[in-house]
Amino acid sequence: MTALLEVTDLRKTYGGTTAVDGVSFTLPPGGALGLVGESGSGKTTTARMLVGLERPDSGSITVLGQPLGAQVRGRAARLARAKAIQIVFQDPYLSLDARLTIGATLDGVLRLHGQGDRVARAARIRELLGQVGLGDREAAALPRHLSGGQRQRAAIARALAVEPAVLVLDEAVSALDVSVQAQVLNVLTDIRREAGIGLVFVSHDLAVVRYVCDEALVLLRGRPVEHRPMEELLDNPDHDYTRLLLDSVPHPGWDPESIARRRRAA
Amino acid sequence: MSTTVLVRRPLLGRLRGGFLAQGWLFRVCLVLLVGFVVVAVFAPWLAPQDPTMGDFANTMAGPGADHLLGTDQGGHDTFSALLVGARTSLLGPLGVVVFSTVVGIAVGLFSGWRGGWVDAVIGRVLDILFAFPSLLLAILAVALFGKGLGAPVLAMAVAYMPYTARLVRGLTAQEKNRPYVSAYLVQGHAPVYVAVRRLLPNLGPTVLAQSTVNFGYALLDLAALSFLGLGVQPPTPDWGAMINQAEAAVLQGQPLSAVVPAVAVVLVVVAFNVVGEQFGDQLARRDAK
Repeated sequence: MTALLEVTDLRKTYGGTTAVDGVSFTLPPGGALGLVGESGSGKTTTARMLVGLERPDSGSITVLGQPLGAQVRGRAARLARAKAIQIVFQDPYLSLDARLTIGATLDGVLRLHGQGDRVARAARIRELLGQVGLGDREAAALPRHLSGGQRQRAAIARALAVEPAVLVLDEAVSALDVSVQAQVLNVLTDIRREAGIGLVFVSHDLAVVRYVCDEALVLLRGRPVEHRPMEELLDNPDHDYTRLLLDSVPHPGWDPESIARRRRAA
Repeated sequence: MSTTVLVRRPLLGRLRGGFLAQGWLFRVCLVLLVGFVVVAVFAPWLAPQDPTMGDFANTMAGPGADHLLGTDQGGHDTFSALLVGARTSLLGPLGVVVFSTVVGIAVGLFSGWRGGWVDAVIGRVLDILFAFPSLLLAILAVALFGKGLGAPVLAMAVAYMPYTARLVRGLTAQEKNRPYVSAYLVQGHAPVYVAVRRLLPNLGPTVLAQSTVNFGYALLDLAALSFLGLGVQPPTPDWGAMINQAEAAVLQGQPLSAVVPAVAVVLVVVAFNVVGEQFGDQLARRDAK
């Protein structure tokens, strides 16, 4: 079976700092990979390279056997790249255009991707919003009239409107309340199961990653330190840093001070 | 986390909710500006006399039944000249603002969006334009193209353009890193489309505030040029030229033909400033929320 997404040896440096150093992974159709690490570990840079917002210094990204160029020219190439990978950003307050209603935003995406018929678009918008648990009221609303969770679900619907093969979620639930997080995570597991979309889930929060992903890639200062199935990783972490991330999740008998000490030592 | 997105509302709703709920000074200034525009548009029908025709029997007259605000040394009716003079005071700055805003937006958007060395070069060119005194530029333009409204307006437009360009450049550089812009690009939209059709409209109100303030200053600069005899030429009525023409009358103890246009200039400039700044403040407050 061909891999849905194949990432080989991505590297990116800014000036003298190495942000991402040798990240490789493959994602089967419908698979879900957690990209885990603390701030500055290179996970967001990796996500931005996946969707073409940053150009990698070296390495390749292949979706369904098609290599994605770092720079795309021309309308057809842009649309093809968009169909390969979409992204949902961390901050639902800033990731939607404040001037447009949710419906108008989705309409724009569908029109761009060749859906010419107005009636068909309206039906598709309703379907997409239904998929993320939103309705006509939200379609007619401006982003600022919606809650954080509703906006993030609208942002997911916008990404799904492109019908991507892979969806990258860059800390997509980190800014949300715990109960809202749960709603959004359920939406994600549903679309993964139903549409077979591959998920790359970027997060610092292992508790959330465990809920969505089959496997996790742990990044430390841009370098992969551990890449294993989720259960294994959680039960028996190989690397000290992974253990540290696991211990950082609040639990009974939690000792933040010793974690801070170990983090400084790492 | 604070939302720093510019909030948009339909213009009418914004007028009702924010604009008219402002303080009395703002409202007075807004009424003044509306009055100014109405007068400028309907001046030929409102003016009791033809301000280009001198009443030689009544030169340097005081206020009276025939001449509401008196006459200057050529016998021109001050009141009529004030009304008709509002036209050049509206058209001149309007030309300056439209040209400087359109070009400033184009330059600023291009520079801020491209970034890198293009941005650095454009930034230096704007710095040079900033350093060049606008009145000097206007005098140069008049020397090249002759007196009248055209040359000073062109020069002022060039001189005012960098203010808008710098503003738009800074806002664009800031706005293009917002995730909504990234999202448009990831969806497959052409970068030019995203910059012009999606990013630019989100800067609109801020740019409009700047242009409003620019209008006031342009009016002042153009009046100064007319006063120096470089702008609109008599007998075409113009507030700056009127002050110039009134010199003899002032010496004869009839200062009204100078005072009236001077007060008009000051009032309109102050009104544009108050309205423009209030508009800008309101946006800043909304941004801070």
